[in-house]
Amino acid sequence: MVETAIQDISIEALRNGDRAEFAKLVDAYSAPIYRLGLRMLGNEQDAEDVLQNTFISALTHLSTFEGRSSILTWLYRIAVNESLMILRRGKPEVNIDDVDSSDENDVARPTQFVDWGALPEVELLSSEGKQALDNAIQNLPENLRMVFLLRDIQDLSIKDTADALNLSQANVKVRLLRARLMLREQLSYYYGERMKKEKSNG
Amino acid sequence: MAESTHNTCEGLLGSLSDYVDGELGAELCRQIEKHIAECEDCRIVVDTTRKTIDLVHASNDPQTDLPDEVRNRLFKRLNLDDYLKPAVK
Repeated sequence: MVETAIQDISIEALRNGDRAEFAKLVDAYSAPIYRLGLRMLGNEQDAEDVLQNTFISALTHLSTFEGRSSILTWLYRIAVNESLMILRRGKPEVNIDDVDSSDENDVARPTQFVDWGALPEVELLSSEGKQALDNAIQNLPENLRMVFLLRDIQDLSIKDTADALNLSQANVKVRLLRARLMLREQLSYYYGERMKKEKSNG
Repeated sequence: MAESTHNTCEGLLGSLSDYVDGELGAELCRQIEKHIAECEDCRIVVDTTRKTIDLVHASNDPQTDLPDEVRNRLFKRLNLDDYLKPAVK
């Protein structure tokens, strides 16, 4: 992997069509964009399409980058739109704006109260445990998964997540809470079953 | 689970994300801590939510490389072939 420090990239040079500078930008950010595509779409081919389309679009629209957000947030915004386009190919109903505004603050109450938090790390991070987590993330509805991926996996701030998705910060917070609670429910169910099994095995 | 404000289950749920992210004021934290000391279900929800986020971070490897062939195809698609080499490893 080619490491390029973020601060070494000149926006001015990019806008002036400096190809070497654009190559630096691609090397600095292609890995996180590719990972986002993988998590969002679940397969390598679609993730690669997102990656290529994101940088093609960035190259075309660099002149419109106003610098109000960081360039990474801007790239994420493009990548999110590219991901949604691919998702809609199979499911035209996918829409990240569809937060049920009537109950925007309504959050599903927890139903699983299994105390699995104290299980040893080695068990929680076993390959089976990681698979359960991946499945749980894939099971999140797109409008929650997108927020969760940017905030908890790509580590964007609430503000940057809101900017990248063109949502209000309050909306991002509600979706993030819903996503985290849904994941917690799924993992609680999974580890609850495992704990039961281990108990019955002696 | 009981109803309303921060020292109850409902109130805790609304502030759960801010609480586990360490973004809640001291007084609200105190109310939540008082509540979870008395409410086992909420203590579990807080612990396992925190653990869920920890696991997400722990299982996410930000050092995962972009596969070489994916990088090569990307550079070609962008007509940046001449910047492909030398790739620093």
